[in-house]
Amino acid sequence: MYPREFEYVAAGSVEEAAQLLEDNPGAKVMSGGMSLIPMMKLRLLSPELVVDIGRIPGLNTIEDRGDHIAIGALVRQRQIAESPLIPMALKTAAAQTGDAQVRNTATFAGAIAHADVAADTPTAFVALGGTIVAKCVDGEREIAADACFVDTLTSALEANEILTEVRIPKSGGGSAYDKLGRRGGHTDYSVAGAAAWVADSSGRECRVAVGGVGTIPALASGVMEAMASGASPEDAAERACEGITVLEDLYGSEEYKSHLAKVFVRRALEQAMANAS
Amino acid sequence: MEITLTVNGEKVTADVEPRTLLVHFIRDELRLTGTHVGCETSYCGACTIHLNGEAIKSCTTLAVQADGAEITTIEGLADGETLHPVQEGFWERHGLQCGFCTPGMIMQAAKIIEENPDPSEDEIRHGIDGNLCRCTGYHNIVKAIEYAAAKARGEEPEPAEWETV
Repeated sequence: MYPREFEYVAAGSVEEAAQLLEDNPGAKVMSGGMSLIPMMKLRLLSPELVVDIGRIPGLNTIEDRGDHIAIGALVRQRQIAESPLIPMALKTAAAQTGDAQVRNTATFAGAIAHADVAADTPTAFVALGGTIVAKCVDGEREIAADACFVDTLTSALEANEILTEVRIPKSGGGSAYDKLGRRGGHTDYSVAGAAAWVADSSGRECRVAVGGVGTIPALASGVMEAMASGASPEDAAERACEGITVLEDLYGSEEYKSHLAKVFVRRALEQAMANAS
Repeated sequence: MEITLTVNGEKVTADVEPRTLLVHFIRDELRLTGTHVGCETSYCGACTIHLNGEAIKSCTTLAVQADGAEITTIEGLADGETLHPVQEGFWERHGLQCGFCTPGMIMQAAKIIEENPDPSEDEIRHGIDGNLCRCTGYHNIVKAIEYAAAKARGEEPEPAEWETV
C-alpha cells in the first residue's frame, strides 16, 4: 500500500514550515507520521505536499515553566509515559497508547492534531485543562483544550497552522485515566475511556473527560456538576454521556459504550481522588 | 530525493520517491528481505526494525524520514556467526512456527531485554503487544525471550519445558 504521490519537504524551522503551509493550501504537517502515513496509505488523505516538522530543532523537550508543563510538538508518546513532570492521567494515557513501537514514533501533539476520539492522550489533555499553541505566518494563538476538538478527526487547527507546543497547567491535586482497549484490557485504541482531574481528595472540584464514545474527547459537564454538589463518583458517573452523542461502532453498541463510559468515569474519578490524597 | 543512511553498519545512498515506505526501501532497494511486510497498517509488527536505536514499524515510516539515520535490520543483529541472544532463544526454545512474524518479534524482543534485563512474563507479553503471531505461538515466543534475557544477563536459562516432563 503506497500513498499517492506527493512532494516532501523536511522543514528546518517552524517559520519555514508555516510559510510552506501558507503557500500550499493542499499541504499537511507530519511529525511522527503514525496517524498521517496510515491515512495516506489508505488514501483517506492525499496531500500534495507533506511538510515534515520532524527535524526542526527545539521541539523535542518537556519543560517545567513554573505554572505549566510545556511539551514540544516532537515529544513522543513514550517520553510522555516516562517523564516525571507529566500528571498521572496523561502519563497513563500515553503508556496505553498503541504499542511500544508506535509510542517510540508517535507524538503527543500529533495525537491532538489528528483528533481521533478513540485516542487516549487527547482525553487526558481535556481533563487536565491543557492548551495548544498554534503558529502560522501571522503569529500564534493559544487554544483551550475544550475548544481544540471540533468533530470526527477534526481539530480547531486551521490548514495553515502548526501545533508547536502543548501546555498542561500545574494544578496540583490528582488525576487518572482508565479505559477498555479494543483488544481487551488496556491494549489498542479505546472503546471507551475517561480521564479525571480533582483538586483534592473530596473530588468536588474536578474536570472529567470522556473519550472513545462520541465524535470528540469531551468534557463530561454533568459529572462535574454532580461532583460539585457533593455526589459520589458512582452517582456522578451516571451522567457520563450527558451532552455526548454516543455512536455505535464495530466495537460496541450505543448501550454498551454508554455503560462503559459510566464505568470508566467512576474509576477515573476514584483513582484521581486516591492519587490526590 | 537523495537519502543517505547507515544500514547494518554500511553507508547507503539512494534516490527515492517521497512516498517510498522504509520497509519497501529496505526490501526492494537494499534486498534485505528479512524485514517482513505483514498487515501494512502498523498493527502486526512484522516490519519492526531499529531506527537510531529504537524499535519502530518500518511500514509506517517514509524512507525520507530515515535520511541520516542508523538502521539495524534482522540481518544486522547477529555478531558475525554468533547469534544475538534473542535469535539463540528463538532457536533453542522453538519460538517460531511459520516464521513470518519472527524477524519483527526478534527485533522488538532485543529492545525489551536491552531496556529491562530481567523482564517478567507480563512485561514480555506487554512488550510484544505490537507484534502479532498468526500461528498464535506466543507461549514459546515468551519462553524464547526469557531464555534470551537470562543469557544476556550471563545466567543459565531455565531448562526447556520438554526437558522437564
